[in-house]
Order: sequence, then C-alpha cells, then structure tokens
Amino acid sequence: MIASLAARHSWFEATARARLAGLLDPGSFSEILPPAESTPSPHLALLDLPGAFDDGVVVCYGQLEKKPIFAIAQEGQFMGGAVGEIHGAKIVGMLRRAIEEKPAAVLFLIDSGGVRLHEANAGLIAISEIMRAVLDARAAGVPVLALVGGSCGAFGGMGIVAKLCSAIIISEEGRLALSGPEVIETVAGVEEFDSKDRALVWRVTGGKHRYLMGDCAMLVEDDIAAFRHGATEFLAGWSEPAPSLAHLRAGQQALENRLAAYASYRDGLQVWAALGIAQPESVPLLDRDSLVALKEGLPT
Amino acid sequence: MSLNDILDSLFPAGHAVAVDNKVITGEATTAQGTVAVLGTTDAAAIDHAMALALSAFILDTVEQHPGRPLVYLVDTSGQALSRSQELLCLNGSLAHLAQCVDLARRQGHASLSLVTANAVSGGFLSFGLMADRAYALADTQVRVMDLRAMSRVTKIAHERLLELGAGSPIFAPGAESYVCMGAIEAIWPVPSAGLLEEALAAGQVAPVGDLRQLCGAERGGRQLAAGITKTVQNAACGA
Repeated sequence: MIASLAARHSWFEATARARLAGLLDPGSFSEILPPAESTPSPHLALLDLPGAFDDGVVVCYGQLEKKPIFAIAQEGQFMGGAVGEIHGAKIVGMLRRAIEEKPAAVLFLIDSGGVRLHEANAGLIAISEIMRAVLDARAAGVPVLALVGGSCGAFGGMGIVAKLCSAIIISEEGRLALSGPEVIETVAGVEEFDSKDRALVWRVTGGKHRYLMGDCAMLVEDDIAAFRHGATEFLAGWSEPAPSLAHLRAGQQALENRLAAYASYRDGLQVWAALGIAQPESVPLLDRDSLVALKEGLPT
Repeated sequence: MSLNDILDSLFPAGHAVAVDNKVITGEATTAQGTVAVLGTTDAAAIDHAMALALSAFILDTVEQHPGRPLVYLVDTSGQALSRSQELLCLNGSLAHLAQCVDLARRQGHASLSLVTANAVSGGFLSFGLMADRAYALADTQVRVMDLRAMSRVTKIAHERLLELGAGSPIFAPGAESYVCMGAIEAIWPVPSAGLLEEALAAGQVAPVGDLRQLCGAERGGRQLAAGITKTVQNAACGA
C-alpha cells in the first residue's frame, strides 16, 4: 500500500504534458503544432497578459496499448484551461482530423473553466464548434472519451462538451458542472451556494457524486496510471453507437425520471440516500474501490 | 416586442404555439410548408425542465414529422444558477438538448434559430448555436457575460474593456460581433415573414459541415481560427 502510494503520480497535480507522457504508450507522443511552430494569442497580448505558445492545449498523435489514438489535453495552469480562439481551433482541428483518419479513439483530457472571457465571443463560438465536432467524430464511429481530474475540472461550456463525449472517466478530485460555485454564490447569494464550503462543493459537483448518479462511466484514483488503465478498459468494451432516435429517447426518459425523483434536493447526501445508500454520510470517506463496490451493489 | 407580435410578423399565414414555463412549442404555416416552432421566451434561464421540454419536442418532431424544418426562437439569459440544478448535472441536460438538435440535422431536418431578445452563454450553446444557421433581430443582447461582470472576473477595468471592445468583435458583446465572427448569418431589422421565407429557402440546401470558422475569416472577425484548424488537420505527423 505504502509502495503503491509512493509510486502514484497525481493527475490533479500534473501538467497537461506530464499527463500525456504517463497516459500514452512510452515514446508514442507526437505533437501537432508544437509550441515552436505556434504563436501565443494576440488577443491576450492586446490586454498585456502573458500568452503561451501552445495557447493552453496540447494536441497529439499517440498510442494506447499499441492502438493509434489522438489526444487533446487542456492545461489548467494556463488561464484556467479556458477556451480562446487558437485553443479552440486546435481542438476543432484534431476532432475533424479524427473523422478523416479514424484513430481508435480521441482521448479528451478536459481541465477547463469554459470560455476564456478575454476572448469571450471567440471562446463561446469555438465551444459550439467543438460540440459539433465531437458529435461529428462520434457519428463517424470514433469514440471520444473525456478524462476529468484536473484542478479546473470541466465547467461552463466544457462541462457541456464533456457530456457530449462517448463517456467520462473521472477521479474523486475531478469536478463536473455548468456554472462554477463562485458564480452561483455571486449572483444568487451565499445561502444558495457557499463556494468556500469545500465539502459541499464536492458533494454537488465532485467525481464520486457524478459517478454515483451515472453521469460518469468510471471512477478512478487520482493517478495517471489509473486513468490509463481506465481508458484502456473502457475502450476495450466499447463500440461507438450510431446516433439514433431510440438512444436519445432512452436518455430523455432517464433524465425525466431523475428530475421527477430528485428535483427538490440540494445536497448530494439527499440524492445518495434516495439512491439506496444506507449511510450517505460515509460516502466522502470511502476509498475508490469501496465506493465502486457500493455503487455496483445498489438497486437499479 | 411581445412574443405574439413576433409570431404574427414571422408567420402571417398562421401559427399555433403554446408557451409553458417560458418554453415555446408549436407549429406555423409558411410558403415552404408547416414548420416546427420552438424555443424560449422572457429571457429564460434554462433549467433541466426547460431543456427536457425542448428536447422532447424535437424528438417528437423527428418521430412524427420527418423532414419538417425547425425554427428555434432564442430568448435566454443563460443557464439557471442554482445548487439544485447543478446537483443533477445541468450541463448533462443541456448536452442532451444539443444532441437532439444535432440528431434532427442528421435526420434531414433543416433548422434555423432567431435571437429575439437575449442569447447568453450556456443557454445559447444548447440550441440556438446548434442550428444550421442563426439569425438575430436588431438590438438584441448576444454575449457570454456583461462587461461589468467580465471586468470583475478578469480584473480588467470596465473602461478598458469598453475601449478595447469598441474595435474588437472578439469580445465586444452584441449580435454585430457574432456576425463578424461567423456565428450569426445576418441581423434582421424587424421580424419579417419575407426574411424568414428567404432563410427557410436557403436552409433547403443543407450546409456541408460547420462553416462558421470560414465565414468568420471571410468577414474579418475571426482571423486565426480557420487557418489553425486547417493546419492541425493537415500537419504532417512524425509518427
């Protein structure tokens, strides 16, 4: 146990490039439009803000267990991983390339607060283009798998993008939502959402909650190797379904049922109790394996 | 302008549209035949119930009226801001709605959206921006966030944002910026049956893919995106 903890490489703490280095087969990383061939955002320069040559996102070829894959990795440590014009265009390019070249999958390492406000309109439109491109890649039969476990989570438009992917693999540290708790607190008041209450924020937006609710397909440890194993295992059992009315009808029914059952709740504890968990207050303390076992034992 | 005035102007040949919880659903008669009319009104802050009402109506239309064009009316102040909404994964319901708009396109339903008053961030992303083509009435508010809130978040003085916004469609709020950027086709001075008929006729020819980057480059508002996407698509790779 101690040895395995020592060997663990936190996904949460790692940079986008370090995540890719541990996620892909050794030596298979091949970046497209690397920093040396790129220029920082002129829109940030106009505001006297420092740019990044990769504009906060790495797009690359690689292999996962010898299968060719594409990867897109957002850097949460640059501008909160937010989507600007160049950042968004790189992601769109990679997704469209996937339609032509049909890799075994696109791994989308999301770590982003959503639109980069300094380039607000460009960011919003780019996210719309990413939404369309994700669905186009999937319709072409290429699975797009979201990996969420970085410090910025998947928020705003990138929270929507994450839910348009084939599936989401999340860590306990990962967060997935639309509006950030700070935004809700600013607009609706601290009684509505106290963004300083870390435990509450986690019970509403955190990885365990999203996994228990079925919004994420898999919960993994905060460990780069665990994300690699999770992605490999998920893809081995997945074949991308064609877009269909029946599939969306089923999704519609599930969302309607859930809303009818839980609309009045305001805390994960209430939902977990309603899901049939006898001791919801114990959920935050459970390790990953115990939580997965708990979910698998729940009535469906 | 009231929703009824807008509907009367767009569909003088007749419309039967219900409004429930700020969600519009119904149909209208045009020279191109019957169209489905749906969307939101009164600056709706989109929540789960609204998103699911819209998506259900789209799925019904795909099932019961194959090929019927979809006209989305957009008036949204964004997404609902509440803890209970986030608890149930609001981004998931908005993604579901976006996927339904996308499915209708794939099944041969032409679509257009018309911003009638407000089009803000998540609410706009989930359906208005997913249509084949988007239009806006004059004097509508199209934006991610108002400049004062943006100033608070980015810690850049409001005056400075105003000054920079004046010359930059990249972040100046307003439908004009979105036209320059390629996301909105055109601004209509008033709701007009003639303009709608033209847009529906144009919509008969389905656009080949998502052309907004190219359009933004042609109009000069978005000078980088199209080139970068193309470079990434075509770059030789060492592998």
